Formats: sequence, C-alpha cells, structure tokens
Amino acid sequence: MTVDASGHAGAAGKAGGASLEFRGVTKRYDSGVGAPGAVNDLSFQVPAGTICVLVGPSGCGKTTSLKMVNRLIEPSAGEILLDGVNVQSQPVTALRRRIGYVIQQVGLFPHLTIGRNVAVVPGLEGWSSQRQRARTQELLGLVGLDPRRYENRYPNQLSGGERQRVGVARALAADPPLMLMDEPFAAVDPIVRERLQDEFLRLQRELAKTILFVTHDIDEAIKMGDLIAVMQEGGRLAQFGPPDEILAHPSSEFVARFVGEDRGLKRLSLRTVADLRVEKMGRPVGLPRFTPGTKLRDALAILLVADTRGGIALDEGGRPRGLVTVDAIASSLTDDPPARVGA
Amino acid sequence: MSGEPLVRWDWVGAHIGPILDRLGQHLYLAVIAVSIGFAISFGLAAVAIRRRRLYPLVTLIATAVYTIPSYALFATLVVFSGLSIVTAEVPLVLYTFILLVPNIVAGFDSVPQDVLDAADGMGYTAGQRWWRVELPLAVPLVVAGLRLAAVSTIGLVTVSAILGDRFGGLGYYILEGYHRTFPTEILVGGLLSIALAVAADLGFVLLQRLLTPWAAARLAPGVAVR
Ligand SMILES: Nc1ncnc2c1ncn2[C@@H]1O[C@H](COP(=O)(O)OP(=O)(O)OP(=O)(O)O)[C@@H](O)[C@H]1O
Ligand SMILES: [Mg+2]
Repeated sequence: MTVDASGHAGAAGKAGGASLEFRGVTKRYDSGVGAPGAVNDLSFQVPAGTICVLVGPSGCGKTTSLKMVNRLIEPSAGEILLDGVNVQSQPVTALRRRIGYVIQQVGLFPHLTIGRNVAVVPGLEGWSSQRQRARTQELLGLVGLDPRRYENRYPNQLSGGERQRVGVARALAADPPLMLMDEPFAAVDPIVRERLQDEFLRLQRELAKTILFVTHDIDEAIKMGDLIAVMQEGGRLAQFGPPDEILAHPSSEFVARFVGEDRGLKRLSLRTVADLRVEKMGRPVGLPRFTPGTKLRDALAILLVADTRGGIALDEGGRPRGLVTVDAIASSLTDDPPARVGA
Repeated sequence: MSGEPLVRWDWVGAHIGPILDRLGQHLYLAVIAVSIGFAISFGLAAVAIRRRRLYPLVTLIATAVYTIPSYALFATLVVFSGLSIVTAEVPLVLYTFILLVPNIVAGFDSVPQDVLDAADGMGYTAGQRWWRVELPLAVPLVVAGLRLAAVSTIGLVTVSAILGDRFGGLGYYILEGYHRTFPTEILVGGLLSIALAVAADLGFVLLQRLLTPWAAARLAPGVAVR
C-alpha cells in the first residue's frame, strides 16, 4: 500500500490526516463472561491520509467500531490510537471536536439553518462569527451547494442528497485530521450516491484526511477504500488489505462469498485503460474508442456488446495509442496490482 | 324572558370599570396557576425522563388528581387554608399536571436519536446539548401542553368564585348573575372568559411561531394529550 501524498495533497497546504490504529479492540454489550462481543479483538492500522473502509454484513459491529474512536462507546478491552495517543487518555469533548463525524442518518439539527448546522463545531470552539461565516460559505461551496441559496434554509427544506452534503460539510468544518463516516451515502438513490462518492473522492484528493468509512456495500467499499477491513458476524476482522488484494486473494470462504462471484469483474473496475498494455494495430475502422480513464470493466462491457475483438485506447491527447482486446483485459488480472484509481 | 332584553347594555356600560378589574383578576389567577404548574410539571417531567419507571406513577397521580371534581377540591381545601389565595390556586395548579407533564415528556422524547448522536459526536457537553438541542426541539410539544393548560385553567378560575368575591375573576359575575337571575351578568362573565381563553390560545400559537420558525410547516395544534 503506497500512500500517494504527492501533488494535490501538498498543494492544499498542511491539510491532512492523523494515523489511526486499532489494537485488540473488543466491545461486549452484555457483561456476562461468555457473552459474545459486538466487536472482537480488532486490530489494524490506517496510515495518515488514507481511506479505510469497514465493510461487512448488518450487525457485524461496524458502527460500534466507529463509535469507539470518538468515544461515543467505550471499548471493553484494547486501545485505539490517534496519532499514537490512546483516545481514552484525551478529554472527550476536545477529542470529538477534532474528529469529523458523519452519522448513518445524517442527524442535521432541524432547528438550525444550514449555515448554523455547518458552523456547529467552530461555534463550540469559539471562532469569531466572521470566521465561522467565511468557513461555512467555503464549505458549502466545496460540497457543491451555493451558499447564497442554502445558507439560510432549514434541513427540512432540503432533499436527501443535499442533506448528506451538508452532513459532510459539517463534519469538515473545523478541519479535523480524522473523519468518521457511517454509511454517509446510504440514504440516497444509486445515481445520487455515485455522484456523491465521486465528488467526495475528488475532495479527498485535496484534503487528504484520514477517513474511517463504514458501509455494508462491497462495491462502495472497493470504490472508496485505499484499505478495506472486511468484518464478519461476531465483530471479527475477516481480512484487511487494499481492495485489489482482497478481491484477488480472499482469505476465507466468508470473504470470497462476501465479495461475490464476480470479484474478477470487480477487480477490473479498479483498473483503467491507461493501465493496460496495448497491442500494435493496423488501420482501425469503426472500433469503439476509450479515454485513458475508462475503467476496464466498462471497456469490457462495451466490447462485449459491440461484438468486436478490440477497441482503440486513446492517450491523454485523444490520439490512438493502440488496440484494446478482450484477451488483454482478461490477462491484466494476472499482472501486478494497478496504481489506485485516481490516487 | 318577557320584556326584559337578554343583555342589558346599560348595566354593562355602568360596570365597565369593575368588569375590567375582574378580567384582570381572572388573568392574574390563571397566570399564577399556569406558571407554578409549569415549573412543577417540568420538574416532574425531568424526573420521569431520567427515571422511566417512575413515569407511570407520575401519570397515575396526575390523572387521579384530575378526576377529583373541582368544586369538591376547592371546598375541601377551605378546611386547611381558609378562603385564601392558596385555596384558590392549589386546585388550578394540580389540574395543570395532567396536561403539562405528558406533553413535556413527549417533547423531549420527540428529539430524534440521530440528532442526539450527532450532538454528542460533534462534542457538545451535556449542558450545551440540553440547552441548544434538546430544549429547542422540545418546544413545539411543550407549548402545545401550555396551550391546553392555559385554556383549561382559564375555565376553572371561574369555579373559584365559590371562595368569595376576592376570587373567581369573571366567574364572580356568573355566580352572582345566577343567584340574581340576571342573564346579562352571566353572559358577560361567560363570554369574556371564553374570549380570554381564545386570546391565550392564540397568544401561545404566536409564541410558538416565533420560537420555532423551523417547524412552521409542521405545526399541529393540540398534539399528544395524555
Ligand atoms: N446499545 C447496545 N446494546 C446491546 N447490543 C448492541 C447495542 N448496540 C449494538 N448492539 C449489538 O452489537 C452488534 C453490532 O452492532 P452495530 O450497530 O455495530 O452493527 P453494524 O455493523 O453497524 O450494523 P448495520 O450495518 O446494520 O448498521 C449488533 O449485534 C447489535 O445488536
Ligand atoms: Mg451501523
């Protein structure tokens, strides 16, 4: 796993994340001795500036794990280190104000305007009202909401997708090094969800926060995660690693089933035409053309539907670079893991 | 009914001063009762919210009190506290509980769990969360309870007229008109106390609009009684 902190992250100044580590974290709700834990001996490390996705079936302890980071729930055993410091040694309100939190049901304050919702943590931290206002406007713009139109509205005057954006803006308000996001895009339709995901990934390229992201949707996990922690019933860590590794080498029957029979296809969605070794070509006529950013999965689908053996890979300038074939796409899965899409 | 008009406007004209005094007294007695009733109800509700198991008990007592006929309660209290303001106010205060406590509890219950989670996650202290999130969001149902309590109390103040002419507000005229078989007085007392109740109700609606601009579209009058 390489952390690509070059380029954009650097340009955005010293923004960026904190490292996060779970060490043998266990949570038992029932105090009984033999009682099963909601989370069991969870250990993993998230390097600063990366997105780690907790994924698993309903009830496997994702939310519980997340809430132990900002101490909404205290672990029964083990410790969670934020930049090397145990979160339990830190004053709870100060800790929470340094951690952005996007909850499963958005949880905007219905009695506050959008502007004041976004400014909650800056307000608690005692920023001047001028600075709060400037920050609010900046953030609303960042998540794609025109401040002039939205600032003075109430949450019940927004669509579900707009509310999710406000939830993200609110979590970002005090520029926290760590963001906890609990199924932040679950409550919207698939098209809006995809757009929110794309926008968030674009944003993250500039902000380079450390993000712990919860979902029960394996496709979302593959798309959003630099690292994926697959959890299974009983709050156990089934596998931890980059998406391509988990898809290529599921460590157990459970993981293999969870990522799906089509895991090969899913791996193709992690690669683009630009990653592909192309073949020399003669005179291409009427073949489909692919920009470098086209995902191999989409390219394959297009080739199969178009019923041709190949298509044309274009370079950044839109000039033909070579021939893309179904065979080449298939064999790309045996190559080394690709550079992270977009990272 | 023969000859005599239903309302003797000349009597009304001659008694404008005393009528207004009675109106003021009526309002005064009601305001005291609702204020004290609200303070105590808030305390009871706070206990009920924190100790859920006590809530049925609180409701039971409030309901039991409510079933005592007002006339009997006033009369009984005379034995203990004479013809004093205490005797006049205690029943009025007691009767507000059944209207206020459930609405206050429902108000705080109505604050969505995800909003509370978000507040905790953002780093509100317990006090900040209560003042800035829970209380404002409880306001619509709390005010709904206050509306009911105000209207009901304004009606009951008339009954305290049985304690003598220092009490009862407009109820004094109803009682006196009844004894003298003088419909004008009964109507003045009755209609003005209804007008007062309606005005109080509208006043609270207005207050609620001002306090909860965010809920403007979702106001439902008289929600969640009992
Ligand atoms: N307050 C609680 N008391 C007792 N058990 C709880 C409590 N909260 C959660 N649990 C249990 O702990 C387990 C993990 O719950 P958690 O909310 O972390 O699951 P999740 O992975 O987030 O599920 P979902 O995808 O449905 O949100 C579940 O079995 C749940 O029933
Ligand atoms: Mg959950």
